[in-house]
Amino acid sequence: MRDVAVIGVGETEFGELWDRSFRDLGIEAGLKAIQDAKLRSEDIDAVYIGNMSAGKFIDQEHVSALVADYSGLADMHLPTVRVEGGGACGAIALLQARLAIASGMHDIVVVGGAEKMTDVGEVQAAEILSSTADQEWESVFGATFAGLYAMMARRHMHEFGTTREQMAAVAVKNHKNGALNPEAQFQKEITIDAVLQAPWVAEPLGLFDCAPLSDGAAAVVLCEAQRARKFSDTPIRIAGSGQASDFLALHDRRDLTTLDATVIAGKRAFHEAKIMPKDIQVAEVHDNFTISEILAIEDLRFIEKGKGGPATAEGLTALNGKISVNTSGGLKARGQPVGATGVAQAVEIVRQLRGEAGKRQVVGARHGLTHTLGGTGATAVVHLFERGD
Amino acid sequence: MSLAIPRFWREIQSRYNLIGTKCGNCGKVDFPPRAVCPVCGRKSIGKMQRFQLGGKGSVVTYTVIHDAPAQFEMQKPYVMAIIEMDEGVRLTSQLIDVKPEDVRIGMKVQASFRKLGQDGDAGVIHYGYKFRPAG
Repeated sequence: MRDVAVIGVGETEFGELWDRSFRDLGIEAGLKAIQDAKLRSEDIDAVYIGNMSAGKFIDQEHVSALVADYSGLADMHLPTVRVEGGGACGAIALLQARLAIASGMHDIVVVGGAEKMTDVGEVQAAEILSSTADQEWESVFGATFAGLYAMMARRHMHEFGTTREQMAAVAVKNHKNGALNPEAQFQKEITIDAVLQAPWVAEPLGLFDCAPLSDGAAAVVLCEAQRARKFSDTPIRIAGSGQASDFLALHDRRDLTTLDATVIAGKRAFHEAKIMPKDIQVAEVHDNFTISEILAIEDLRFIEKGKGGPATAEGLTALNGKISVNTSGGLKARGQPVGATGVAQAVEIVRQLRGEAGKRQVVGARHGLTHTLGGTGATAVVHLFERGD
Repeated sequence: MSLAIPRFWREIQSRYNLIGTKCGNCGKVDFPPRAVCPVCGRKSIGKMQRFQLGGKGSVVTYTVIHDAPAQFEMQKPYVMAIIEMDEGVRLTSQLIDVKPEDVRIGMKVQASFRKLGQDGDAGVIHYGYKFRPAG
């Protein structure tokens, strides 16, 4: 396999962007990434797009060709690929694009992720999100997406004594980081009390335990590593990638407090990169709910199983703590345009490893990780990044 | 969410009568029915037998839903649980005839035939299992 590096990144602001369409967002992120890489359009060999559900959110399928078209690339007749995989689609698109370059088929690929979620109402958006769970044997009976994660949270509290305050500490930390990110949806700090007093969504999760509905897009440009220095002074190498799946329905899983797909995707990525979890300084993990970040930091072996709650409350995962987790604000504060998630996480890690993360810069960051979930954990993807120098 | 009539009808056996499968190779029970045993894989093909669950089990975890889909708006707040059936297999169901504050992990429950929902004001009514405290 050929080595692959990130040579350009770009993203839109995330939020309820009433005046921006799906195509506006996809194009803005893509063009920013292309400019960052100082590419000419004729350098591009292919476009990969992560998108969860444009068909349901905006009634538009075939968004891969659409984004290439409106980015001014129609005349180049590039191969374009749209990847689906629930919330993990952007991370899978990144992995597939990496493989396309590693195989020798392409040299330079633009990977985008985009979702336009606010053209439908909140109830409908929540129903679309839950379509990544098992519609026939979970949703039909009344289980919501938040409800399924709430059942993991309840079980984690039961087995390990995790408290609502500890889960709230995830939201407080990520809002604190989001306040340092000018592109985040929420740039305002919150308190533990505010999280605890928010209305219930699905007990034991309240409104501030949940990531928001968002519009937004992100893009990265990948390049065969030997050519990467022609475009970037600080190419960021993809050191390892792992993807894993599991039973679609939560109730069929081996354990309700461990996402085996995360564990296995992580092992695969670390094995390839020949590094250990302790070698990572900065991680973007899939905090679609507060409990999700606690599960992720345990299942990725940053923190011992069952100790994710206390570790967060003690600040081990805060900015420049033992490991800095979700410096962008995470899905919780940066926002959660689903298809953009995996790519936006990569954008943040690249900025951190380049030393361009401004007020939220992690000191001495050399290795970074992204972790992205599809559904309630039936898919997980882990990518590891390292500075090339 | 609106369900096409055949889409609900196809699963009626399992939703009305808790019909699953038992692997003829290892004996593992699955619900809903599976064509391939997740444990035995290829060895189970053609050996998956129809199997009816007894309807008794216990609560493994639960939640109280406050933000509900449109279909369940009138029922909120309502309790959803993952239930481990006495046969070992787990499923997701609504818990009824119990106050949310009285639900406990480990609580014994049994299946009950109930209305799950309906397709608008004039569409078909969906029936299936919910669970209530046993005894």
